[in-house]
Amino acid sequence: MNADAITFSPRRIAAMVLRYWYLLRSSWARLSELIYWPAVQMLMWGFLQTYLSQQTSTFAQAGGVLVGAVLLWDILFRGQLGFSVSFLEEMYARNLGNLMISPLRASEFIVALMIMSIIRLAIGMVPVTLLAIAFFGFNLWALGLALAAFFLNLMLTAWAVGILVSGLVLRNGLGAETFAWSIMFLFLPLTCVYYPVAVLPPWLQVFAWALPPTYVFEGMRALLMGHTFRADLMIQALALNAVWFAAALVAYLALLASARRNGSLMQTGE
Amino acid sequence: MDALSEPAVRADRLTKVYKTSTAVTGISFALARGSITGLLGGNGAGKTTTIAMLMGLVTPTSGSMRVLGCEMPRERYKVLHRMNFESPYVEMPMRLTIRQNLKVFGMLYGVANLSERIAEIAAQLDLADLLDRPTGKLSAGQKTRVSLAKALINSPELLLLDEPTASLDPDTADWIRSHLERYRDQHGATMLIASHNMAEVERLCDRVIFMKQGRIEDDDTPARLLARYGRDTLEEVFLDVARGREHREAAQ
Repeated sequence: MNADAITFSPRRIAAMVLRYWYLLRSSWARLSELIYWPAVQMLMWGFLQTYLSQQTSTFAQAGGVLVGAVLLWDILFRGQLGFSVSFLEEMYARNLGNLMISPLRASEFIVALMIMSIIRLAIGMVPVTLLAIAFFGFNLWALGLALAAFFLNLMLTAWAVGILVSGLVLRNGLGAETFAWSIMFLFLPLTCVYYPVAVLPPWLQVFAWALPPTYVFEGMRALLMGHTFRADLMIQALALNAVWFAAALVAYLALLASARRNGSLMQTGE
Repeated sequence: MDALSEPAVRADRLTKVYKTSTAVTGISFALARGSITGLLGGNGAGKTTTIAMLMGLVTPTSGSMRVLGCEMPRERYKVLHRMNFESPYVEMPMRLTIRQNLKVFGMLYGVANLSERIAEIAAQLDLADLLDRPTGKLSAGQKTRVSLAKALINSPELLLLDEPTASLDPDTADWIRSHLERYRDQHGATMLIASHNMAEVERLCDRVIFMKQGRIEDDDTPARLLARYGRDTLEEVFLDVARGREHREAAQ
């Protein structure tokens, strides 16, 4: 027996990454969409920050906090979209049945989607970070180790949400597609992307602190405004992410099992 | 019983109940290795659900299955790389070329010497000149041949087919049937074919299982079925089974 068939297989992960790469490179519309929205968003917030810094000393001192926030938000949002859109491509192509009867394991599929979310994010975000340097003098890469910690925590949350959304679509069909596009917007006010957690009413702060990205955005403000890297916040975010990621995996496997019981995998339309 | 003397497929009292309906009710059958079996029945008879359960796409409510010596669905990853499926209703990614699709599925199925295998199967299925064309830009007959190439890429021991020649012109359909016959003869593969095309079933199948309302209504060789029902064609037998005994008696 081919040993590759019954163990976790890097070759099957590579097959899925290749499948999405072929798709991406065959479509200029898909490629340009990856850069278009992050660029528009960054330019809009960047010019707003330029204006505000001319009006108030607070913003003048908070060099790049809005541009930094929008770039980190895009890592979170685009990271999840990169995962979910690759999954949705299988639904659009009605190819899920072919995959589900192949030796591809759920874990391999998820790892392939995680790799694709990084590739899609890199295609979109690297040019946008260079634009941020050119237009506003904000160099995200200068954050160094802090950026690595922010990135890791944001990607873990993005993947957890992507895994959960994929499970919902698997179980409920394309009718649940809307979650892929909208669920992350719930994180926008709650994770305090553009303002400190203290702004929220106390009861809402409890929910905010249950979300790992909240720690990242607080950490970013501490770094850009207070010039302090809060490692404690990153460790707390990492611990929370471990819980969220594990919960998302359990939910995905439960939804997949439910889809198999329910026959949803035979009808992957609406 | 050792793995090789065991039937390729053994289903025992297989039942599938969905929320509001029962798709399959306690069916039992075994498929001998190297045999071609037709799975016939009207729409909603339970054919697709039966095939889906064998592939691990649907979990049975009760009963058990062994496929190529492994218990399904518990041991699915021991056996999925040795089987495959083709249906014109399950599409391949349209933007990918034939070569790209075959490469992806070949890697998923752990096919060794993949480039050579793609060239070989493309030659066999008359796809060599089309390999770099996007799958979405092919005719229905070409798409069916691509689906078949995907289904054969791993040289499966068990091939499940759902209406493999649906919507094809007679020439292409005949070509596909000939290829399936050759594949069985050369590889000793086992095939289960769900079809509404009785001429196809008469030509290809050693045995026919008739399903009706989720149950096995009859199960025999085409010749014995024709004799037992006193009919000249399987289509007439199909109508007898689908419409019930009264229809048969009235016709006689």
